[in-house]
Amino acid sequence: MILKKKELNKELKKFTINFGPQHPAAHGVLRLVLELDGEVVERADPHIGLLHRGTEKLIEHKTYLQALPYFDRLDYVSMMAQEHTFSLAVEKLANISVSPRAQVIRVLFLEITRLLNHLLAVGCHAMDVGAMTPFLWAFEEREKLMEFYERVSGARMHAAYIRPGGVSADLPIGFLDDVFLFVKQFNTRLDEIEEMLTNNRIWKERLVDIGIVSAQRAVDWGFSGVMLRGSGIPWDLRKTQPYENYNNFNFVVPVGSKGDCYDRYLVRIEEMRESLKIMHQAIDIMPTGIIKSSNYKYVAPSRNEMKCSMEAMIHHFKLYSEGVVVPCGETYTATEAPKGEFGVYLISNGTEKPYRCKIKAPGFGHLQALNEMTRGHMIADVVTVIGTQDIVFGEIDR
Amino acid sequence: MKLQNFDQFKNVIPFLTFQKIKDENIIVVSPVHLSFVMSFLKSHIGLQYSLLSCISGVDLLKKIYRFSVVYDLLSLTFNARLRIKVFVNETTSVDTVTNTFVNANWWEREVWDLFGIYFNKHPDLRRILTDYGFEGHPLRKDFPLSGFIELRYDETKKRVVVEPLEFAQEYRYFVYETPW
Repeated sequence: MILKKKELNKELKKFTINFGPQHPAAHGVLRLVLELDGEVVERADPHIGLLHRGTEKLIEHKTYLQALPYFDRLDYVSMMAQEHTFSLAVEKLANISVSPRAQVIRVLFLEITRLLNHLLAVGCHAMDVGAMTPFLWAFEEREKLMEFYERVSGARMHAAYIRPGGVSADLPIGFLDDVFLFVKQFNTRLDEIEEMLTNNRIWKERLVDIGIVSAQRAVDWGFSGVMLRGSGIPWDLRKTQPYENYNNFNFVVPVGSKGDCYDRYLVRIEEMRESLKIMHQAIDIMPTGIIKSSNYKYVAPSRNEMKCSMEAMIHHFKLYSEGVVVPCGETYTATEAPKGEFGVYLISNGTEKPYRCKIKAPGFGHLQALNEMTRGHMIADVVTVIGTQDIVFGEIDR
Repeated sequence: MKLQNFDQFKNVIPFLTFQKIKDENIIVVSPVHLSFVMSFLKSHIGLQYSLLSCISGVDLLKKIYRFSVVYDLLSLTFNARLRIKVFVNETTSVDTVTNTFVNANWWEREVWDLFGIYFNKHPDLRRILTDYGFEGHPLRKDFPLSGFIELRYDETKKRVVVEPLEFAQEYRYFVYETPW
């Protein structure tokens, strides 16, 4: 059979495939419509919203305190970072001051949260790329950290611990000793994970030069957090716009140089080491004192006080039936959540419910750059890029 | 150059009002001037608001201009934030800022999806967060919390069915008169 030359050179049509929504490497319910030329990605069109729960709408119908637990459930691997941002926003609107002890407790838990998030990010990224072991090690460490969550709040994940005016309960006895023991051993655990990955030939082959984002493009795409720092921009809200008492802590902001997936991996590892430093310092300087503001118009009085003071009793009743009444105003409060800049745009109209609560999720901004980051790469690299963006659908879909 | 020196830009940027709430700077801009203001703020050497943090919509029911679109800008060079507000109603629209900030794309899609504010010349104005084939704009204040339809699995038909929502009891919205 003789084939005509014309037929042989027939152009291949672009091939379109559906990646997800139920794919283990899609980190949740991401539906990607990939346009492929052979194995090379020409265009990636992420379809999101499959986990949309209408959090913003629900918050408009809840009191400020009832709205708080929704923030745990946004990015469900860095829970406290988000309730903290919401608490900061409410505190800003209502002019509540936070006691020094509560601030240091918050810092301690924010860094625990950062470890939680980065362990999952690196672990799952490694597993997506093909290394199973670091994932198991990371989850063992995560379990220890979630135990710390549990000991202060009773919940392993959705803690609702950081609340407007302070934190909900004081640290239990012996808690800081155990955190110290954790901090002491964790560097070795990190070394182990690094031994498996950092100089691993396969890991490097899969990550180096994949998903390069230049500093200019990172700013254009509105990146924040590791995605921005991985491209070489030393921008960390803990340093540049410090909240709580981060300016009293001594830590450095690691930055990448090339802006590829490997740089971002290194930045995450390095950030974990910096978090350890901060935790260490927090244990050292942990002041004594109250853990909640004593402004009873916003913060419920203690149980003890309630039993013997009529005034406290009334406050308690009003706070848990009507809720906190926040004065009129609006604020955009942003903090350095593990994934990037997590912002809350809160508008209060002087009632007990937020008028509008816009949640700026870092992942939302990162995911829209997926098309640009994967263009020209192989289909297997899409998984790497999704992993490096550290995507969690709870926050993107809200 | 931080916004303390904003006076000198008064003649350049056509903003309507300038507001300072706590330490946050807000300018209100007419929709006509929005794209110019945004590109000016981005490219002016003394401002460099080069990073768009987010775009949010707000439904101000019963106001003359029903919606406001709020842009949060960040200047990495001067470590400053600025919020820009634009007021529109159901019949007017806003120009897209995607030609200045690429990442405005999804944020604008989100505002369109949840509020129904139309963005002129937007390259790809599809719904983003709600379901395929969803009707209505859920973050509007006149959209009920429960929505209009419900999905459930029908045992007899062996598939998921879409039905109009039925309440055994009217949704109760408690308004507490606050004496304090």
